[in-house]
Amino acid sequence: MEQFQELLSTNPWLLLAYLIGSVTFILGLKMLSHPETARKGNLIAAGGMIISIFATIFLYQYKGGEGQPVGLHNYVWIFSALVIGTIVGTLAAKKVQMTAMPEMVSLFNGMGGACAMLISLIEYRNDSMPPMGKFLIIVLGMIIGTVSFAGSVIAWGKLNGRVKDKTIPGGQAINFLIFAGIIILSIMVVGGFSTSPYLFYGILVLAAMYGVLFVMPIGGADMPVVISLLNSFTGVAAAFGGFLYNNPVMLTGGILVGSAGTILTILMCKAMNRSLKNVLIGSFGGAKATAGGPAKDQGAFKEISVNDTATLMAYAQKVLIIPGYGLAVAQAQHICHELEKVLEEKGVEVNYGIHPVAGRMPGHMNVLLAEADVPYEKLLEMEDANDQMGTTNVVLILGANDVVNPAAKDDPASPIYGMPILEVEKADHVIVNKRSMKPGYAGIENDLFFKPKTSMLFGDAKKVLQSLVAELKTV
Amino acid sequence: MEQVTSFFNGNYHLITIVILSIFLGIEVISRVPAVLHTPLMSGANAIHGVVIIGAIIVMGSAHEGDYVSLVLGFLAVILGTLNVVGGFVVTDRMLEMFGKKKKKG
Repeated sequence: MEQFQELLSTNPWLLLAYLIGSVTFILGLKMLSHPETARKGNLIAAGGMIISIFATIFLYQYKGGEGQPVGLHNYVWIFSALVIGTIVGTLAAKKVQMTAMPEMVSLFNGMGGACAMLISLIEYRNDSMPPMGKFLIIVLGMIIGTVSFAGSVIAWGKLNGRVKDKTIPGGQAINFLIFAGIIILSIMVVGGFSTSPYLFYGILVLAAMYGVLFVMPIGGADMPVVISLLNSFTGVAAAFGGFLYNNPVMLTGGILVGSAGTILTILMCKAMNRSLKNVLIGSFGGAKATAGGPAKDQGAFKEISVNDTATLMAYAQKVLIIPGYGLAVAQAQHICHELEKVLEEKGVEVNYGIHPVAGRMPGHMNVLLAEADVPYEKLLEMEDANDQMGTTNVVLILGANDVVNPAAKDDPASPIYGMPILEVEKADHVIVNKRSMKPGYAGIENDLFFKPKTSMLFGDAKKVLQSLVAELKTV
Repeated sequence: MEQVTSFFNGNYHLITIVILSIFLGIEVISRVPAVLHTPLMSGANAIHGVVIIGAIIVMGSAHEGDYVSLVLGFLAVILGTLNVVGGFVVTDRMLEMFGKKKKKG
């Protein structure tokens, strides 16, 4: 264990830089949780990161062969990697569309995990028989980093539709076996029972498999929770790096994200009224079969034309728009704002009802509508929206499904039973815009579509809204 | 037992940092409005990019002739930079929109 102490450089300027880094991370997270200070908080944390990185490059010293302190070298390699990463990262982050934000976050998260994994790999290559404590940290950092990397890539693929939801029969048992395998191999390797490098690399392979299989069956509304959880995993992996190099800024940064990320994950679960355990073990995929149950005779649904919708809305007093992922995929946020303006000109009061988990990430809809310049006050949180539902004439649902599904209130067999929803049935008319009658992302049938108050307005959200706006201008 | 006590003594300050940071992380975040969940997750995502410091250390202390370590380290630094830069830029882009809306609203 004493080896850790010697790795720490005692250069006071480096330590000061790390202290600044830690403080900016704390301040940054604090400021990020208030709307007025959020942007500044992000920049402050970024500043602290830059200071920590450059202080490390120029001031960090490790113990050389004869025990003398040696500064870092390979500057050409380091700086070319930094430049490549900065250019690619900036371009990717600037080019990505607002709708694809969640999968971008997932991808960046995976890269952090892969970085932690590579650090452990290199450390192992340098010294395959480190002291037990150090070895444990290397192995744990590798496991968590790899799980986070593999899981994030799958989550990324799921969000952009490249990877489909798959429930593997006996998946839970397989996952458990892999998990057990990881523990057994880790004990053998760290405990010194075997020095075979194959075992070490075996842990890597198993961890990658675990990451894939862990995210694979989880689908639908649970994806934001999974990304948030993987985010805190990567935080913990970074913290193991902090232990490895006795590096305070890695430790604080990593642990802060680890604990804050866990809380954020729990907050998201609460918004959906599900427990974290439920999300991880009883995935929506597994519950789907029972939820489908005996096919109920749901009766017929009513269709409504753009023309009639326009008339209905133009003569309403109060309209509530409920956006969902369908709005995001159709890139319809700007035209949606347009609709709102046209209606307001006619004296109709327009608001948006935002379910905390609408879209693919909490707050997704807020970000999207903010991009289209929708005023902040128009975005009502779920409780406020529900309070106003009784006095609302027309509810327009744009590509949202599970967040308005009445099964959450009255069907105990439904996998989303208990989740608070937007109670649209209290309004006079409900118009649902969807591309087809297919169930939503979570794969659950929605009785709302068959209620007498509900009319279906089929079509791509953007095209429908465009013709709706055109129609409204002539009414 | 001796190993445990020596571990504790040797890493006392690190353990303190870990425990205090856990509480701090919980405290700092617990009252965040749902609107900020996505930007906050993204910001936290950028902060754990601090793992790049570890990558810089392994890269900078690798032997010049050890090409496997150099290449792996090179990759690690690129990935870490992507996490940091991409994370902060994406977060800023999200928050930029909130700012815009604030002024007009």
